[in-house]
Amino acid sequence: MVALPGSVETEVMPKANARRWTSSDEAKGLALISPTLLYALALLFLPVLIVIAYSFWSQDYLTIDRSFTLENYRIALTEPIYRDLLWRSLTISLVVSIITVTFSYPVAWFISFHGGVHKNLWLFLITVPCWTSYLLRVMSWKVILGYQGVLNTGLMSTGLIDKPVTTLLYNSNAVVITLVHSWAAFAILPIYVSLEKIDRSLIEAAHDLGDNKVWSFLRVTLPLSLPGVISAFLIVMIPTVGDYVTPKLVGGKDGVMIATAIQAQFGKGANWPLGAALSVTTMVIVSLMAGCAVLALKFFVRRIR
Amino acid sequence: MSGRHGIQKSRWLPAYVTVYLAFLYLPILLLPIFSFNNAASTTFPLAGFTTKWYASLWGNSAMLDAARNSLIVGVTVSILSTGLAICAARAITRYRFRGQQAATGLLMAPLFLPEIIVAVSLLMIVLQIGIELSLATVILGQTVFCLPYALSVLISGFEGFDRSLEEASLDLGETAFGTFRRVTLPVVAPAIISSLLVSFTISLDEFILAFFLSGTEPTLPVYIWGQLRFAAKLPSVLALGSLMIALSVILLTTAEILRRRAERRMQAQGAVHG
Repeated sequence: MVALPGSVETEVMPKANARRWTSSDEAKGLALISPTLLYALALLFLPVLIVIAYSFWSQDYLTIDRSFTLENYRIALTEPIYRDLLWRSLTISLVVSIITVTFSYPVAWFISFHGGVHKNLWLFLITVPCWTSYLLRVMSWKVILGYQGVLNTGLMSTGLIDKPVTTLLYNSNAVVITLVHSWAAFAILPIYVSLEKIDRSLIEAAHDLGDNKVWSFLRVTLPLSLPGVISAFLIVMIPTVGDYVTPKLVGGKDGVMIATAIQAQFGKGANWPLGAALSVTTMVIVSLMAGCAVLALKFFVRRIR
Repeated sequence: MSGRHGIQKSRWLPAYVTVYLAFLYLPILLLPIFSFNNAASTTFPLAGFTTKWYASLWGNSAMLDAARNSLIVGVTVSILSTGLAICAARAITRYRFRGQQAATGLLMAPLFLPEIIVAVSLLMIVLQIGIELSLATVILGQTVFCLPYALSVLISGFEGFDRSLEEASLDLGETAFGTFRRVTLPVVAPAIISSLLVSFTISLDEFILAFFLSGTEPTLPVYIWGQLRFAAKLPSVLALGSLMIALSVILLTTAEILRRRAERRMQAQGAVHG
């Protein structure tokens, strides 16, 4: 708001102010951020543009044919193997994000409302496991859930079961458990931040006006923390759809996800345009799904209010 | 407890949080436990204490090479990403300019993208230009990936910085560079070190980008990935994994202590100025 008069001025009289502009806050800010921005443009934005371009090209052995085609998208969307993988990936990422957000919310709530002077310590404790190697954590889940794994042999030695349970590892449940574990902190942090911003007197007011605990939560706390819930949803749902390590290590045959198919196009399969089209399709569909989830959430919260 | 806010502490909530924390820490604590277990398989009951899996790492030259690669990549990535993030964080907290939100959005984008897509797109551009895959390509990729984390650490470190200190220094005849070195830097140094440590940890643990971009020189996670195919190698992988987790925890704790010190310093500075 404060910067508004300045920016209007530069637009009205660009030439006269060209000199003043170079020493303005705006010019200094842009100059300072430009190395970082150029780096990200060159190694993030440009590569994504190239992926999009490739998805409309085709490949004949080793030569790339740069005439426009939608053939890759036709394959990505109609070929049963890719369609099934895509469908499974979307289902898993939706389930994982719902479970993660639901189970993380009370934890964020606890830290924000009852963390006391140790809030930072709590947050630190929550984030540490998520900063340690992702690959090692997935490996650890494989060790826990395996046929001769920790859970089975542990339960057997306590006498609770007498035969190993075979349904723990190498299916989509194992993938879901592992992913929920991996993304916990990413869900807790945004929810915590939005809970911290809530004016506590509003909740007090709800109580004074006769709302019980549940209603004051549903009508005051939950709607006000919605921005945090939404970012938690997005930050979990979108990256999980393309997860590669978890399905590979604990997914088995029934837990394969789209990333494996994408990777194959850049490895042995070597069909870059198809790999690019699979990547773009996954991104577009998961973004649409995330958008729908956000709308549904907003609608739901407005209804109970 | 905090009844004056009308928010009562329920009994089940602390219990729930404890279970949740146990769930978070279970996989991380299991690796060290089994790395000292005197058996090649990961089964209960435990088979006795041994340090032989750790000893076996010593003579393993492939592992030591991978560790050296990880160290080179980690140090370079943390310096590069922190350097780039310092510019961006300073620009974002100190100035207002058009396109600021779009720029921040772009820098934060790796957080919201499936990593495989970042990896695949980088692989395509690198091979397209004709660069050989090497540790250098891993460094380029991981730097982009670390930027959002470095940036959030630094933005929160720079945010409370009192501009009047710098203005005073400039008024008293110090040059812009001198002001940065003698006024700004001491205040923001803990945030910078914290960002270096966090970036190093992420780089050390990062797998997907390294897997796609490393060519013939594996980093530690890529080396571990290769070993996972052999069941007999599992115990030594567990030992290596435990060491990596211990290192990560030490680095992160240091980063956290520094971050808090920076926060306190900022508050103290605010108190002096009223």
